Amino acid sequence: MADLTVARALTDALDIALADPAVVLLGEDVGATGGVFRVSDGLREAHGPDRVIDTPVAESGIVGAAFGMAVAGMRPIAEIQFMGFSYPALDQVINHVGRVRNRSRHRFTAPLVIRIPYGAGIGAAEHHSESAEAIYTHIPGLKVVVPSTPHDAKGLLLAAVADDDPVIFLEPIRLYRAVRAEVPEGPFTVPIGAARLVVGGEDVTVVAYGAMVREAEAAAAELAASGTSVEVIDLRSLVPWDVEAVVESVRRTGRAVIVHEAPRTTGFGAEIVATIQEHALYSLRAPIERVTGWDTVVPLRRAEHHYVPTRAAIAAAVVRAMEG
Amino acid sequence: MSAEPQQLLAPDGTLHGDLPLPLGEISRLYRAMVVARVFDGKCSAMQRQGRLATYAPYEGQEAAQIGAASALEASDWLVASYRDAAAMALRGYPWSNLILGRTGDERGGHAPEGVRVLPPSITVGGHMIHAVGIAWAERLKGTDAVALTMFGDGATSEGDFHEAMNFAAVFATPTVFFCQNNGWAISLPTSRQTAAETIADKAVGYGMTGLVVDGNDVLAVHEAVRRAVSTARAGEGPTLIEALTYRIGPHTTTDDPGRYRDPAEVESWRERDPLRRVRRFLETQGAWDEDAQAAAEHDAGLEAEAAVAAAEMVAALDGDEIFSAMYAVPTIHLEEQRARLRRDGR
Ligand SMILES: Cc1ncc(C[n+]2csc(CCOP(=O)(O)OP(=O)(O)O)c2C)c(N)n1
Repeated sequence: MADLTVARALTDALDIALADPAVVLLGEDVGATGGVFRVSDGLREAHGPDRVIDTPVAESGIVGAAFGMAVAGMRPIAEIQFMGFSYPALDQVINHVGRVRNRSRHRFTAPLVIRIPYGAGIGAAEHHSESAEAIYTHIPGLKVVVPSTPHDAKGLLLAAVADDDPVIFLEPIRLYRAVRAEVPEGPFTVPIGAARLVVGGEDVTVVAYGAMVREAEAAAAELAASGTSVEVIDLRSLVPWDVEAVVESVRRTGRAVIVHEAPRTTGFGAEIVATIQEHALYSLRAPIERVTGWDTVVPLRRAEHHYVPTRAAIAAAVVRAMEG
Repeated sequence: MSAEPQQLLAPDGTLHGDLPLPLGEISRLYRAMVVARVFDGKCSAMQRQGRLATYAPYEGQEAAQIGAASALEASDWLVASYRDAAAMALRGYPWSNLILGRTGDERGGHAPEGVRVLPPSITVGGHMIHAVGIAWAERLKGTDAVALTMFGDGATSEGDFHEAMNFAAVFATPTVFFCQNNGWAISLPTSRQTAAETIADKAVGYGMTGLVVDGNDVLAVHEAVRRAVSTARAGEGPTLIEALTYRIGPHTTTDDPGRYRDPAEVESWRERDPLRRVRRFLETQGAWDEDAQAAAEHDAGLEAEAAVAAAEMVAALDGDEIFSAMYAVPTIHLEEQRARLRRDGR
């Protein structure tokens, strides 16, 4: 076991993945600086500049080239600096990465990973706080995962690299260095598609992912003091997501609160709500609450606190759900 | 095709060729460079104190920015990036706005009416084509306004650069592409962005004129851009200008250049400081002295203090206001969300 931050757990996973000669890491500034968040710190020295590749500033190029490498049998890991800079690569992602398997009926595949730091809460410049996961979850052919702990960061990244399909790997910026935890040494994987029970509870199910998991956990702890038993589920994977875990929980609690920092309209929460009502409508004792960001651009530093959901907002939603 | 970069003022302040501008004008440009440097230092200091969010210093690039911006007319447009505050300020974008934006406030992006300067582009590469569209619109409207876009060497690697250059050349839009090749794109040297000998060489592939200018020579930059602007204005199409300069500071205040570049390289560029050579030249012409320098620095300091005070006086956007500029009229969804925030807080 090693005591690691999310950032260091990712470094560890990358280091292990790079032991396979089919794996390369490519992106802007991933080499000499170890990337904007220092996730690839030391990896160029360890694996060489041909395996930890500093690219020109060109996201479509990074993803398109990674796609080509993947088609040719490699397992590239592409890094985009911030989610707001992943958009120039969307044509590659939508039209090629997510489709080549179907287009060639399994003859060609794209087992690449695209790592994207995402999310608000650090008072960053415009485009540096995006939560556009719903764009990616809406693209057929991709898997989308979002770890929220050092353990899952490592295990999911190794699972993503091993996966035979393209995986969008979202890294919550706020969590890179905010939490430390024991992480097993050496290779292990966390299955893609399996949620994690964060805390068990009986009255309300709170479903969250990414940086919102910690907020949900804190809200649950506060509410426990006042006698409300909150179950918190960390989705960890958005495509595919663990419908069974969520539905089973809601059948027991009869109440659900969905949390994400992305804009509300057509956010991933809407998908969860729709699925819950398909499977557990008659178990519901209250309308499902959504705690989300607003349908706005994430405000810049001085007003960002009006945007990002807080533990208080989650707790308030739980109370509303309890009141039915 | 690469020739020596065009130069008028040698690093020691010697003028080669004819004076491109009257001495009074050159003093004015120099004063603007002093102001720009003072603001840059002020902003870096404010960031360290936590008063600004991230900041991208432009120290060393003052001649490129002031030289280019000074070659535009009031009716011309400037479409620049996060490192181009000196150019934007010279075009009338208030320093207080530039600072306000960097404190993390959207209203920094609201330039006064009549100032034809877009808010700085934070995404790399996406804005160059905007200068093509703007210039094109001006031509369609029958004006003779020109649009100049500023970008870094790294930005020329983005696909959008290609599309912008191609459109501009095909439609002969009155656009000037001004690349500040400052040697680095975060941790990557220019040699890792392009295998071309110069960025200006790229113009050839688009059927456009490309040229390299000494970016630390404000007179050479001004002259090169002035010519490109008048070519564009005359309807003779776009030009790509590569200004060779250097980013003396870190990429942003969160970057550590010690991880990727040799301090000796920085020192060698300090020797070619863009301010020093104009000052030396003006001094040899009897147009500048210690007193003028002291006065210019004093005035710049006051201007900076006033701009900072104005920016910091602005109260942060309240919860209601974060919804108010998404559409001309907020949608019902936004109104509902605004009411929710008002009722429940966050
Ligand atoms: C589309 C996009 N990709 C990546 C980034 C992150 N980024 C910010 S500045 C920069 C380097 C740009 O270098 P250059 O164009 O040479 O300009 P300079 O910063 O040197 O002025 C990068 C990669 C971004 N802002 N936008």
